[in-house]
Amino acid sequence: MHHRYDVLVVGAGGAGLMAALYAAKGNVSVACISKLYPTRSHTGAAQGGVGAALGNVQEDHWEWHMFDTIKGGDYLTDQDAAEIFSKDVIEAVYELEHMGLPFSRTEEGKIAQRKFGGHTREFGKAAVERSCYAKDRTGHMILQTLYQQNVKAGTTFYNEFHVTDLIIEDGRCRGVVAYDLSTGEIHTYHAKAVILAAGGYGRIFKITSNALTLTGDLMSIYYRKGLPLEDMEFYQFHPTGLSKLGILVTEGIRGEGGILRNSTGERFMERYAPTIKDLAPRDIVSRSIITEIREGRGVGRDGDAINLDLTHLPRETIEQKLAEITDLARTYLGLDPIKDLVPIQPTAHYAMGGIPTDVNGLCLSDGHGGSIEGLYAAGEQACVSLHGANRLGTNSLGDLIVFGRRAGIYAAQYARQVDYGTMPENPEAESNDMLNRMKNASGTDNAALIRKELQETMMNNVGIFRNGPDMEKQVGIVNELKARYKNVKVSDPSQRYNSELMEAMELGFMLDCAEAMTASALNRTESRGAHDREDYGERDDANWLKHTMAYKDLNNDNNVLIGYKDVSLKGYTRAFEPKPRVY
Amino acid sequence: MTQAQITPSTPATVAAMMTLKVKVLRFDPEKDKKAHWVTYEVEASAADRVLDVINHVKWYMDPSLTFRRSCAHGICGSDAMLINGRNRLACKTLLRDVVKKSGDTITVEPIRGLKVEKDLLVDMEPFFDSYKAIMPYFINESPEPAAERIQSPELAERMAHSSNCILCACCTTSCPIFWVNGSYLGPASIVQAHRFIFDSRDEATQQRLNIMNQNTGVWRCRTAYNCTEACPRDIPITQLIEEVKRAVMYQQA
Repeated sequence: MHHRYDVLVVGAGGAGLMAALYAAKGNVSVACISKLYPTRSHTGAAQGGVGAALGNVQEDHWEWHMFDTIKGGDYLTDQDAAEIFSKDVIEAVYELEHMGLPFSRTEEGKIAQRKFGGHTREFGKAAVERSCYAKDRTGHMILQTLYQQNVKAGTTFYNEFHVTDLIIEDGRCRGVVAYDLSTGEIHTYHAKAVILAAGGYGRIFKITSNALTLTGDLMSIYYRKGLPLEDMEFYQFHPTGLSKLGILVTEGIRGEGGILRNSTGERFMERYAPTIKDLAPRDIVSRSIITEIREGRGVGRDGDAINLDLTHLPRETIEQKLAEITDLARTYLGLDPIKDLVPIQPTAHYAMGGIPTDVNGLCLSDGHGGSIEGLYAAGEQACVSLHGANRLGTNSLGDLIVFGRRAGIYAAQYARQVDYGTMPENPEAESNDMLNRMKNASGTDNAALIRKELQETMMNNVGIFRNGPDMEKQVGIVNELKARYKNVKVSDPSQRYNSELMEAMELGFMLDCAEAMTASALNRTESRGAHDREDYGERDDANWLKHTMAYKDLNNDNNVLIGYKDVSLKGYTRAFEPKPRVY
Repeated sequence: MTQAQITPSTPATVAAMMTLKVKVLRFDPEKDKKAHWVTYEVEASAADRVLDVINHVKWYMDPSLTFRRSCAHGICGSDAMLINGRNRLACKTLLRDVVKKSGDTITVEPIRGLKVEKDLLVDMEPFFDSYKAIMPYFINESPEPAAERIQSPELAERMAHSSNCILCACCTTSCPIFWVNGSYLGPASIVQAHRFIFDSRDEATQQRLNIMNQNTGVWRCRTAYNCTEACPRDIPITQLIEEVKRAVMYQQA
């Protein structure tokens, strides 16, 4: 089946839904493709809030937010993106409220705000209430509200369609190819502009807060075309996932006064971040937790967790403001946070890197100003780069609404100015080849076993603490898994709802993401933000204040080519010089 | 019957391993005339989720087993199923909630009242059509203020339960009225309507009450309470439906 839209959005989480809304406002025809029903998207799992300097509780300014974002990103953040972001996110939060989002409220009836890791006043003096929240289900409310607004706007959705290919010819995107899960048919979408907003790839790790569906599909498809993925070595481990499960426990808990304690009961963050303690940025807290565990002060049967203590908080705060995680702790651990300590451990959470874009969402084809005409990206899928080497809590939801909106606006503007590009004769050929290979392979290997091995080895070898020998080993492991992947045969022959086929396809995408991440991490011989190397412990601005651009070597399947891109060290009106990062 | 070892992917607390029979109601329209039971025997921990068990069956025993899932922790609403005769999310139901001892059987069936497409996967379109029929979006055409609209914490709290809905369909597909009359909007759509009717900022209350007053609306509810019992988010659905009924009666929220 063949379709035509001026603007086509891939992904229906926060970024995709915001992009679709804004593209439609630009008087162009818009459709949105998602491999899920939109309300199933993982934006809904975000809990703590969206950071914006509204100043509803305490004085706050966008410049402070800009500074915190850049320092939080260990100065790898592009400062032009950070300036746009910290200004625009204020207006974007008000806009969500105008769309009806049921925010929690202050006594005066304004949007309620609370403290969050790394968000400070007066450039690092003390924690500030910046996170605008709707109880501890802010992402759920953003996802619901944006979906509601798209229903109102009459956006066309193609639900449960998996994108299998992007059509890019002569430097211009012409559309996408997608697989309809319900029928097994291939559809082609001819579009003037395409916006990629399909989320991250946390499922390459064993312990993750990410949904089973977050497998990096579009990043991999981009990468397979010889186009770069930026800063893939920077992957965030959220400090507090439920022990063994990895389910997210919001940082908002620490924003409300929750404390991390080791097996001796010590509030150990006082040693690692004397000024803001438990509210240090996530990379620092995760490393501190792992250090405590390695030095024998972990808790739990395996001594591989740390306790999160809420027992000193008023019952009302826990039940009213933290109801979601109270429910999670009760359901999965049988614990009641009002009186029990909750065992947590770091969990793979968020990709700072992804498809490189400029501040308008336009996808970049190299590190020197080249771009793909008509192709945009936003949200976790994209690397603009707002988050640099480490994202601050709440800045992901802000990123979705600010850069999702910009991508929608600029894609529509572009689509109004151009005619449809020519589609190649047989756009679905490569997709059919890919699917047929999986249906006809030798069948000597099992996709689930390969996936499990990938997840375990990535966790061990490219996790929170990294070193050269382990990552070199992982390069070999990923190559071996890629070879075995070629033997995976899909045994279910059915046309309708063949989820075995889709899971096998997703494994191929995950292997690409793991390959790009491992190569980028091995290449960067310094420690910065979330990328921490035991063999190169210091940040090295002289050699490494630059973005990594990882390219698949189209001539050698087992090789990754590395390039670089400059960091924007100046905003439009403000600039913050790199300094040592202490909290 | 097939046998396999399940890797205890989620022993959140120390829990004994057990042998479990998982009886799944299967249907493949491409080869089956009607649904039939298939039983799988798996080793699992009491702390495993039902989703872990059926994922294990799919990954290591029978890859054709079909169901929806995504977040795996009760927020996306993909994996509503009839587990041991009750609507639940497979990812929010631990084995210790549904089995007593090793050797026990759990039954897993598709939710009822929606067409089964394949195995545990049903056609969600009618459910979302009912959702769309209640104007599930905020309406306020007055000029927007420069900052937020003001709303007291007390008024905001009126939406606390209804805005918690994840559209999983556990409630609607447990409702006996919905089973016999698919045109009934159903509990999930009424919860969504409640969220806007009781939003002090919304200006379309009258239209919303009119929709609820139609013969597909709230008056179909016979307070069976199945919906309240089925809700994985603990939303007091029957109570919310009663609040909507009162609002329709007195024509005000």
